[in-house]
Amino acid sequence: MTLDELQVGQGGRIALVGGEGALRRRLLDMGLTPRTYVKVRKVAPMGDPIELTLRGYELTIRLEDAKNIRMGEVDA
Amino acid sequence: MIIALLGNPNAGKTTLFNALTGSNQHVGNFPGVTVEKKEGQIKGAPDFTLVDLPGIYSLSPYTAEEVVTRDFLLDQHPSAVINIVDATNIERNLYLTVQLMELGVPVVVALNMMDEVRANGDSIDVRVLSKGLGLRVVPISASKAEGVDALLEQVRALAEQGDRSKALDLCTGEVHKAIHSVAHIIEDHAQAAGLPMRYAATKVVEGDEPTLAQLQLHEAEKDIIHHIVEDMEKNLGTDREAALADMRYAFIEELCFKAVHRSGHSKEQERSERIDRVLTHKVWAIPIFLAVMVAVFVLTFGVIGAALSDWFSMGIDGLTGLLDQGLTALHINQAIHSLLIEGVCAGVGSVLSFLPTIVVLFFFLSILEDSGYMARVAFVMDKLLRKIGLSGRSFVPMLIGFGCSVPAVMATRTLASERDRRMTILLIPFMSCSAKLPIYSLITAAFFPRHAGLVMSGLYVLGILCGILYGLLLKKLFFKGKPVPFVMELPAYRFPSPKTVLLHCWEKAKDFLVKAFTIIFMASIVIWILQSFDLRLMMVSNSADSMLADIGRLLAPVFAPLGFGDWISATALVTGLTAKEAVVSTLAVLVSGGDVAALPSILASLYTPLEGLAFVCFTLLYMPCVATMAAVRREVGAGRALVYMLTQTAVAWVVGCLVFQVGSLLL
Repeated sequence: MTLDELQVGQGGRIALVGGEGALRRRLLDMGLTPRTYVKVRKVAPMGDPIELTLRGYELTIRLEDAKNIRMGEVDA
Repeated sequence: MIIALLGNPNAGKTTLFNALTGSNQHVGNFPGVTVEKKEGQIKGAPDFTLVDLPGIYSLSPYTAEEVVTRDFLLDQHPSAVINIVDATNIERNLYLTVQLMELGVPVVVALNMMDEVRANGDSIDVRVLSKGLGLRVVPISASKAEGVDALLEQVRALAEQGDRSKALDLCTGEVHKAIHSVAHIIEDHAQAAGLPMRYAATKVVEGDEPTLAQLQLHEAEKDIIHHIVEDMEKNLGTDREAALADMRYAFIEELCFKAVHRSGHSKEQERSERIDRVLTHKVWAIPIFLAVMVAVFVLTFGVIGAALSDWFSMGIDGLTGLLDQGLTALHINQAIHSLLIEGVCAGVGSVLSFLPTIVVLFFFLSILEDSGYMARVAFVMDKLLRKIGLSGRSFVPMLIGFGCSVPAVMATRTLASERDRRMTILLIPFMSCSAKLPIYSLITAAFFPRHAGLVMSGLYVLGILCGILYGLLLKKLFFKGKPVPFVMELPAYRFPSPKTVLLHCWEKAKDFLVKAFTIIFMASIVIWILQSFDLRLMMVSNSADSMLADIGRLLAPVFAPLGFGDWISATALVTGLTAKEAVVSTLAVLVSGGDVAALPSILASLYTPLEGLAFVCFTLLYMPCVATMAAVRREVGAGRALVYMLTQTAVAWVVGCLVFQVGSLLL
């Protein structure tokens, strides 16, 4: 399962951050590292991007980029 | 002594900068890039120059801001670095701090927003944090100017002591092993390149391209390093970049576990959540955003700005009148008289009357930005702009373009990357600015009196359509490189600091004034000379004999394929470069002897409706006025600005030509 497949309100732990180059580095720098707990807070009115909560702050990323983040255990 | 100020966006960096320097600041650019560089003397410490570095999240080498910051820290050797950290969002903020530790620069951590932390019933043990980081940590509240004196004291102590931060080992296990093995290999190279050794080793393990290039390693050494890193990756089960990011965050998590005590959800976050329930609501977000923008527009261009602008131009007219009388009374040379009144006062004056509008607009914009709403706009509108390779952040500058291109171009400063900034600046002129309205009303009154509304809205749509096509083309041809990823923080809503907002307005006003009295001043004089003299440099009484008219005649054939290849319209287009409204006044002077009321009917007898349509399409799209050109030049440099203007005019020519030729075939 990847991060873009999570429902609004659902959270889980990151297993692996894929992708490459600037995008991947930016995701890692912003704290989306393996074992971090992230929760999907909201979807933008036009269906994309999504809003996440992690490490006590809010971050928005595009669905396309969220596909690169593989999730480990996910809340039911 | 140079003191650098560094921190994440939204950590309160600007507020602290303003608190430390007062209004004593100077804005420029870092050499070679359009990254803003602000400097100021610290209040009460005249020997300290504070340099405000760009707001960044990391020292990775991907954006111009990050590279500039890295280079500054490595090359300029600041005596101390103030690293401002948002205490309410401490984990992610410390990530940059940890990278500063790796760099080995002398750092004082300014732990900002401690008042909010306390109000939430949370606490941060500053001593534990300081010990864990091996850095001086000072709790402050920049918005209330609390703790600023204590911060300065620590900065002074550190700068005078001249010591580097203690080389704290924050890495453990496999990464530690790899960094130390690599350090041995690159020791000499790091010294030769003038890089701190630990930093260089960490960057090599991370696979940082600029550092690898700087070190000039031999093939054999690269080979060994490759093996060391591969071993590390195999043992950790992850790659080098993730391993290092993970290591830094693991260090931070452990430290925060010891130093930070949270009681639960913070008040600011709860408040933000409540506000967002409305402002980023599935249905209401877009209507609310549009309502906000309409309100800003009406207030800026309609109510406050317009009234101020009127007063302002009344003041300018009054001064011009006084000067006029004075010059007449003193029997000053006729040419000089005309230069001062019709050239300088009219030219600079007409542009200066924009000043109040710009200040008012930036007043609202900086409130929207500082409160955190702009990030939500980007979140809501992102999908719309993605197709042309931009992010939601570009939406607001483009929208402002419908009012006036000058503040729109100036507003691109807040965009995340140079690529986005350039592309947005290229697209802004396609959003038809309000100064073009008089031209549209003239042409519709002359040729399409019964379909005025349709033609006018059609023009706006045409501009937007051309912008979209142009954007797609730019993305395909010139901005092929991957856009900076849209990974954006949504900061907690905060009440904007009045001081920051006012200083921001003042900065923009100053910027505009400088432009008005340099480039626009010169342009006014040039246009005046062209208008008032003929080729033998004799003053002319009939503008049809002026050099400007000659230029019009010279240019006229260029417009023949567009249907209006006569010198009058060409001349009007040239004067339109000072300000778009000038097209109307020039046409009035040349066609109807200055009588604007009679102009439409005379125009209708001189040109066909199709020629009129081609003309108005060309005016919609061709190069913007001098004030905009000056703003563009300021943002992207003179060479690029020139290319932008020429391509823009080429687009206008092609569209005008298509309108006329296709129209001729159909009619």
